[in-house]
Amino acid sequence: MFRRYPKSVLPGFRISMGLTLVYLSLLVLIPFAGLILKVGGMSWNQYWSIVLSPRVLAAFRLTFGASLLAAGINAFFGFIVAWVLVRYKFPCRRLVDAMVDLPFAMPTAVSGVALLTLYKRLGQAIGVKIIFTEWGLLLALTFIGLPFVVRTLQPAIQDIEKELEEVSASLGANRWQTFWRVIFPSLRPALITGFAMAFARALGEYGSVVFIAGTSLPIVSIEIVKNLQGGQEDLMVAVAIATTMLIASFVILFCINFMQVWMNRRYNDE
Amino acid sequence: MSIEVQNITKSFGNFLALNDVSLYVKTGELVALLGPSGSGKTTLLRIIAGLEEADEGSGPVLFNNHNVANSKIGDRGVGFVFQHYALFRHMTVFENVAFGLRVRPRETRPDNGEIRRRVLELLRLVQLDTQANRYPHQLSGGQRQRVALARALAVEPQVLLLDEPFGALDAKVRVELRQWLRRLHDEIHLTSVFVTHDQDEALEVADRVAVMSAGKVEQFATPNEVFHKPATEFVMNFLGSVNKFRGQITDGKVRLGGQYIMDVPENTEEAKLFVRPHELLISHKKTPNSFNLRAVVKRIHSAGARVRVELETHSGDPMTAEMTHAMLSDLNLETGQEVYVTPCNIHVFGSDEHSLEE
Repeated sequence: MFRRYPKSVLPGFRISMGLTLVYLSLLVLIPFAGLILKVGGMSWNQYWSIVLSPRVLAAFRLTFGASLLAAGINAFFGFIVAWVLVRYKFPCRRLVDAMVDLPFAMPTAVSGVALLTLYKRLGQAIGVKIIFTEWGLLLALTFIGLPFVVRTLQPAIQDIEKELEEVSASLGANRWQTFWRVIFPSLRPALITGFAMAFARALGEYGSVVFIAGTSLPIVSIEIVKNLQGGQEDLMVAVAIATTMLIASFVILFCINFMQVWMNRRYNDE
Repeated sequence: MSIEVQNITKSFGNFLALNDVSLYVKTGELVALLGPSGSGKTTLLRIIAGLEEADEGSGPVLFNNHNVANSKIGDRGVGFVFQHYALFRHMTVFENVAFGLRVRPRETRPDNGEIRRRVLELLRLVQLDTQANRYPHQLSGGQRQRVALARALAVEPQVLLLDEPFGALDAKVRVELRQWLRRLHDEIHLTSVFVTHDQDEALEVADRVAVMSAGKVEQFATPNEVFHKPATEFVMNFLGSVNKFRGQITDGKVRLGGQYIMDVPENTEEAKLFVRPHELLISHKKTPNSFNLRAVVKRIHSAGARVRVELETHSGDPMTAEMTHAMLSDLNLETGQEVYVTPCNIHVFGSDEHSLEE
């Protein structure tokens, strides 16, 4: 069943493989299986009526849409941030670099409160309502996704050989052509990974979203929590939404992963 | 196109990479910059290419007597080949070679049919026309370097510059590829400069070799000349192994073991005598009218095209002699034997490390 390289110099294949399986099962597989079992308790009709109800559909639409948009914004600006951090030396570079991790390190509730107080004032000042609207949601999702793009791109940018740019210049390409034709394509796999991670993170975000977007907007994570607090029937709604979300996220991440494997096979050495 | 650099100095921080270097490469010539790492050869090549700028106060870089020191690499008309190929790995072989044509401004860019024709012609030239649709990682090292070469040639450069072009290849592929490069050069006669630290490579491929050390050109001459008439002690040492002797100077004459070698200028204080292993003769009898040194045979290495014999003098100094297998069997040498050693060609260098011969 398990294929092992014959006579490996590294000991402990069996025990490490066993640990891996137990660990993954406890942490990932069993909770998910529990969720699926729970949803198995309801009929197809019940399931579909919950999932296709207007409120839930709207929640899916808004959550996926906003997460996608936020990941897109992060891919663009995160690229620039990562580029600047790797390519230029400027005072306080380390400090700026550390700042990138803040959305990562801060408890999401703290981020939510911080964003709330800031943008409440700002919104009042410029006369646009940001908090408790879709804009607030987008803001929060963008905020928490930034480190993923920057941190996956940084090593990739660092790895670009100087020679590639030099050879491109020697062949008569200008800087813009060198960037689009040589540098950007070699960063594409990392960018897609960063985008996917930011997207996945945004899909499930609850802590900061609940502060800045409020509970009135249809947002998947908030819908789940709201329904969890209700009775047995509401619990089934939460489980149905959660399961659908699980499957959708899994399919999306699987597709992105597959795309990456394909790109790697094509361009890279084994 | 001829290349000339005059009085080029380049330092990186405290390190002086090039120290007042001048060099003239004739049109259509294939020149090797040969030296150990840190000798400044790559820096010189990069300054010629425009990838590096010489320090303030350096002289010009002239292409056909036209100063290009202030133009960028893309405007100099140079093709540059890197040691590690620097291929665009997300592009096919075809697209790699086509790159230089595709990035041209619209007015001078050939149409797709013309690009196709030219790229395939170049791929035929480097014998890779069957690999056009493969990706770089699917090719061997030698093939990759040929793609890099075709890519550099696609922009029709006036000058071809190669930085350790065979450095990353296996020994056998290296030899094949360098012979192939020489044949290619004989076909297209493009002024070319390549950097190498391998003396065999430089001596075999180049029309002329610039031997470099510590940021200076020690000697710039034909392979024959640098090998047989090394201008400095460094060149002598770098191009193959040597046996070293110390000469005695009396009345402007250098003697070795009492035997007259040559006349030297009056105030010469020191004479270092160098003999290549293949110019050291071994015999069982004294050679008349010549310097004879008693030595013991320590080891005989006969696995190879030539035989290498390690000897030791009575004072414990090691020596190496080289000979053919036929000579070895004529001599009937055995380890432990006492023999006479006579140098048949001695290179003499003064205390300033320059040759004392004409």
